[in-house]
Amino acid sequence: MALLEVKNLKTSFFTDAGEVKAVNDVSFTLDRGKVLGIVGESGSGKSVTAYSIMQILAGTGKIIGGSVKLDGQELVGAGEKVMKTVRGNKISIIFQDPMTSLNPTYTIGRQLMEAIMLHTDRDKKQARERAIEMLRLVNINEPEKRMKQYPFEHSGGMRQRVMIAMALACEPDILIADEPTTALDVTIQAQILELMGSLQKELGMAIIMITHDLGVVAQMCDEVVVMYAGSICEQGTADEIFYNPRHEYTKGLMRSIPTADTAGKKLQPITGTPIDLLNMPKGCPFAPRCDNAMKICINHRAERMVINEDHAATCWMNVKQAIDRGEISLEEGGDDHE
Amino acid sequence: MSENKTLIEVKDLKEYFNINTGMFRSKPLKAVDGVSFSINKGETLGLVGESGCGKTTVGRTILHLYKPTGGEIRYNGKLIKSRSDIKEFRKKATMVFQDPYSSLNPRMTVSDIIGEPLDVHKLTKGKKERQERILELMDYVGLNSEHAARYAHEFSGGQRQRIGIARSLAVNPDFIVCDEPVSALDVSIQAQVINMFDELQDKLGLTYLFIAHDLLVVRHISDRIAVMYLGRMVELADANEIYDHPLHPYSQSLLSAVPVPDPKVARANKRIVLTGDIPSPLNAPSGCPFRTRCRYACDKCAESMPPFEEVSKGHFVACHRVKEIND
Repeated sequence: MALLEVKNLKTSFFTDAGEVKAVNDVSFTLDRGKVLGIVGESGSGKSVTAYSIMQILAGTGKIIGGSVKLDGQELVGAGEKVMKTVRGNKISIIFQDPMTSLNPTYTIGRQLMEAIMLHTDRDKKQARERAIEMLRLVNINEPEKRMKQYPFEHSGGMRQRVMIAMALACEPDILIADEPTTALDVTIQAQILELMGSLQKELGMAIIMITHDLGVVAQMCDEVVVMYAGSICEQGTADEIFYNPRHEYTKGLMRSIPTADTAGKKLQPITGTPIDLLNMPKGCPFAPRCDNAMKICINHRAERMVINEDHAATCWMNVKQAIDRGEISLEEGGDDHE
Repeated sequence: MSENKTLIEVKDLKEYFNINTGMFRSKPLKAVDGVSFSINKGETLGLVGESGCGKTTVGRTILHLYKPTGGEIRYNGKLIKSRSDIKEFRKKATMVFQDPYSSLNPRMTVSDIIGEPLDVHKLTKGKKERQERILELMDYVGLNSEHAARYAHEFSGGQRQRIGIARSLAVNPDFIVCDEPVSALDVSIQAQVINMFDELQDKLGLTYLFIAHDLLVVRHISDRIAVMYLGRMVELADANEIYDHPLHPYSQSLLSAVPVPDPKVARANKRIVLTGDIPSPLNAPSGCPFRTRCRYACDKCAESMPPFEEVSKGHFVACHRVKEIND
């Protein structure tokens, strides 16, 4: 059984301007010890997916359907009491901005110990020992001294290490990292990614890595989910997604990154502007920006199509290509094919 | 494009900020400490480095948005010094800012934002000419004429950056300092804006100083690249040369730290992970600024600042041990 099973998750925000379907029918599974990447641009719903799993949505947000199962236990509708035993203990989260995630008025030590004492039976002395041990684990020099310091006395990379130490203090099964290195410089990013990679192997936890950086995904992830406008366009193993993309959005994304080969040449951007979640198109949400959009794309949203056992995509282009190759004929009906 | 004619020449540029360290006490923060380089006409010079290395300050000081503490800036061979020099210079050199959300006045319409530089420098006569010029500029950056009467908040990040670029083009400049112009944009939009910079350069013969921390973007757009660390320039070379043969230990680790969007390459990649953080520029190390994080640091590195020397044609490096470590 999968460690985490998310099925048909739907989360909406009810704003004055109307309902915003931030997460629309998202399903994926995560096995123990694996790293899953969720990629997408701003507004794609990648962070809201994570917040829905943790049930830490803002006031206007609500899970309106679907299920989230942790080790077989249903979390949607389970109530705050259950969630309190899940958050921090079984699933931890670290946020993008290490500058604002720590309380500036308390010492690092106090904040770490608070988290440890809240989630375990340790007394103050044991919690202190555990906090120092955790700081040492994330490669912070002189942890005893650091315990007495305030967040402003630490650099960005160090604060992110403290956040990781806090998130891992109770040995969670799953660590959700929401853009953990976006605010950091490249050399510090390399340090943090290396640290996360080695801790993941050491502690055997699973990681959900939320990012917009395909480079980070390539380096860290076993499996990848690509999101656009609240839905999954494509999911599969990292190799499948990078070397055999089967959704027009993923293909466009891969083409638009500058690489060694594009120097001096024109990039091939995705045209158009990002989607307005309040005015979603009827068919495929990517169709208005897709160069290869067909009539069917504008009117009908594609179903999830299985490409192979490691790969699925939600793009009509796969059907068209199958027809072009003569694998299916139109008389059989295009859309019940997988 | 490049005719090997120097457009911008910067010599020993210094920019110190006074930081209060206590009551009645202050200390100079050496944001830029003796940087020299030149940019040829029609060329793009990429300037990379981590936060706090002084790359933005270099860009701003060149345009005299900060008064330089020391050093010289020459435009077309002419030293920029007096107030009138600066005013003339600013008709030929402009800037595109990083954040398209805070760099546009929310109370002004698009046509007022783009038209403001025209008014300041009195470049158009009469309303009709002004309006025509604004529409021409909007056309350059791919905005429709119907956008002219709208306000900045009605646009997405990518479109706002286009407005900012149109504004910087208003005075018909030769030289544009682009300070992280695509960092705030999504990947899919980033490529559109990068292509636009390319096209505008070809069309208008622009020269760019392109400041960014995203090394893949910088490599794509630049002819030459300069690497800065803690207020100093540590390496300068052709874009391909610096990517294929970085000589300074800092450039080497910086380039190896870039996550490559290719799983097989990423898995095989040997990263040189630096230990520690960038020292505070208030307490910069003696000698070479990088020595506290450098694997090759020796006694000599603590004693004196290595000179910025040309080691092969057009390839400058500031490292005492550059010959030994690259053998």
